[in-house]
Amino acid sequence: MEFSLWSMLFVFVLATFIGFEVIRGVSRLLHTPLMSLTNAISAIAIVGSLIIAGEQKTTLSTVLGTVAVFASMTNIVSGFLITDRMLRMFKRPEAGKR
Amino acid sequence: MIPHLTQAAYLAATFLFVFSLKWLSHPSTARRGVLAGSVGMGLAVLGTLLHPHIESFQWIAIALVIGTLVGVPLSWVPLTAVPQRTALSHAFGGMAAGLVGTAKYFLWLPEGELTPFRTFAIVMEVLLGFLTCTGSLMAAGKLQEVIPTRPITYRGQNLVNLGLLGIAVAAGIYLVVDPTQWPLFLLVVGLSLLFGVLLIIPIGGADMPTVISLLNSYAGLAAVAMGFVLENNLLIIAGALDGSSGLILSIIMCRAMNRSFTNVLFGAFGQVQAAAGAAEQRSYRSATAQDAMLMLEQASRVVVVPGYGMAVAQAQHRIRDLFDQLVKRGVDVRFAIHPVAGRMPGHMNVLLAEADIPYDRLIEVEDANADMEQTDVVLVVGANDIVNPAARSDKGSPIFGMPIIDADKARTVFAIKRSMNPGFAGIENELYFRDNCLMLFGDAKAVVGDLVKEFTGEGGGH
Repeated sequence: MEFSLWSMLFVFVLATFIGFEVIRGVSRLLHTPLMSLTNAISAIAIVGSLIIAGEQKTTLSTVLGTVAVFASMTNIVSGFLITDRMLRMFKRPEAGKR
Repeated sequence: MIPHLTQAAYLAATFLFVFSLKWLSHPSTARRGVLAGSVGMGLAVLGTLLHPHIESFQWIAIALVIGTLVGVPLSWVPLTAVPQRTALSHAFGGMAAGLVGTAKYFLWLPEGELTPFRTFAIVMEVLLGFLTCTGSLMAAGKLQEVIPTRPITYRGQNLVNLGLLGIAVAAGIYLVVDPTQWPLFLLVVGLSLLFGVLLIIPIGGADMPTVISLLNSYAGLAAVAMGFVLENNLLIIAGALDGSSGLILSIIMCRAMNRSFTNVLFGAFGQVQAAAGAAEQRSYRSATAQDAMLMLEQASRVVVVPGYGMAVAQAQHRIRDLFDQLVKRGVDVRFAIHPVAGRMPGHMNVLLAEADIPYDRLIEVEDANADMEQTDVVLVVGANDIVNPAARSDKGSPIFGMPIIDADKARTVFAIKRSMNPGFAGIENELYFRDNCLMLFGDAKAVVGDLVKEFTGEGGGH
């Protein structure tokens, strides 16, 4: 437990650092797609929801887990699809000159 | 064997998620980023389904199917509705975290598994998750204009909000000491849901870009807390990426308005504006589409400043037609994008991209201002505060110090506006009373449409 708590904190700090560095490089043009993409990625909460919905320990946990799977899946599907839809619209400069 | 497969899938997903964001740095690689992200997500889900604790797939399958059925149409919304959709997905993300935290609490409670650390992580997860859920629903309601967009304020509002948050935190601390007090857990859940609503009520439409970014950050942190509860590194990493992204965007938005987080959340901006609304009658000049056409035709450099009004009027396609006409005549046309124009970060860029404006024509505030004195015509389309010179000169103005696009320094300014009524913010715009500013009254789409007609010879002025 002690070890896992500390290693999780290390992972959190390093991931936050990587997040800051990578996201600072994202073009301002793409801030709306950035938000919808990170939103889809954070729907990784589905991983936790799946186990709770599937292990079927109590009725309460199954119901809450199932709703959480639904909410996360909605975010995954709509998040990735709409991000791609928006990115398709950003035309290369050459195409615009024609 | 299977735990190793699951962990390997998670490791691959982590790798793909980081690259997904890395590739978003430029429009030419950005779509590859979406592919990487979705492959990573697919691997993570498959790896999880191998988990030996999963007894039944029945409910999982139903939830996945319904989630897909709801998610696909949600991705078809018009681009002007993207802020609402984003707020709604923050609400869903927060809800998922809150529900998983609640489920875990009541699973571990009878088993005596609630260590102080686990309880702390669950309280954080539930607090952030449910707060994000109701807060984002309120934000989505305001953006969709189901709920009044003006700030709703009352005396002692901040005191009430902070008091409620204080009670929730105190209950959380008590739970960490004695995790068996489940009524207190329910109190934390209830207060988090309530606090989310109360936090967004006093916030007006113009502050939405900051609030959406902040809620994005909270949703990410809720996922991190969930990772600590479930001891899952992948959740911690993905949540941290989302959280830092939201935080960076919030900082950019706050800087673009010269305000602090506390000022946005607790500033009650609405009250300041009420006082600023009463100004004396001053003279301004208005122009016709034909006047504007003659000026634009002779210009060599034109800068368009779009704002939320362009999105409301859906004027972006008419603007594209105008852009084509001007480019055909050899005019250099660029679009100056202020970070808080619109209702979410990057909103204007997406709308103009939808109208097929090449992205190298979209420039940032600093670049626009650097050449402003050599700019012949600035066309302001549905923007207001971001071109108000009072931000530079008037210390008494609520927007003093905000970085603006210096439209007033151009040779001529045309401002498209419905009427002279001060806009949502209620602040008089100094720009409209300057000698070099001409007003074009009407709906942005109609006015730009008339301008295009003047160019193509269909206008009524000939």
